[in-house]
Amino acid sequence: MIPSTLITAAPLDHAALVKALDGSGIGAVAVFLGLVRDHNKGRKVLHLEYEAYEPLALRGLDLIVAEAREKWPAVTLAIHHRIGRMAIGEASVAIAAASPHRADAFAASRYAIERIKQIVPIWKHEYFEGGDVWIEGATADPDNAAAREEALRIACA
Amino acid sequence: MRVTGRLFARLRDIAGRGELPREAPAGANVAAVWSSLVAEYPELSAYERSISCAVNADYSRFTAAVADGDEIAFLPPVSGG
Repeated sequence: MIPSTLITAAPLDHAALVKALDGSGIGAVAVFLGLVRDHNKGRKVLHLEYEAYEPLALRGLDLIVAEAREKWPAVTLAIHHRIGRMAIGEASVAIAAASPHRADAFAASRYAIERIKQIVPIWKHEYFEGGDVWIEGATADPDNAAAREEALRIACA
Repeated sequence: MRVTGRLFARLRDIAGRGELPREAPAGANVAAVWSSLVAEYPELSAYERSISCAVNADYSRFTAAVADGDEIAFLPPVSGG
């Protein structure tokens, strides 16, 4: 049985993720894959290494699933995030949202990726031509209501 | 009491390791653990305003009290996805 949330060093299999979602009453599945891009801020990226505080990262993914269920009760959401070294083009995150209708599936998957970038303790270490750098985005605070509102606003735009 | 400081990403690079056992006085809070790390690794102070903290793998606050055996994690701004 494939868990709905997972932090793993293994390559992500989004087809298996979709298969794991409950099919009853489902009319739409939105799948989002985040890939390792070959450039960032003018740098030629060679590869990325992702690190996580695993137990808290998993809790963060579970929290996002719970938040999405509150907002979109009919949506079933699954989120898998990969850690470790990844080559250009490999998937670092896979999100699948199943719903009776497409609008909620798109919105919930968008919400999930926005929230991941806000509150899940995972970091990318970028190795580029000429050096390496830790990428730092948002200061994680799951209690920050404004951040959650912003993720909802983007998801429902 | 004895607690374990945990550092990640750039913070871990600064300290050279991710797990740092600390002695903390009774009644110490998360902020005191952070201060003891900054005293040993001054470069960490640049992160004072941008880090989050967690106690025993649950998000917490700098004012939270710590207990013997606790794992106190300090998290630089996240960049998953």
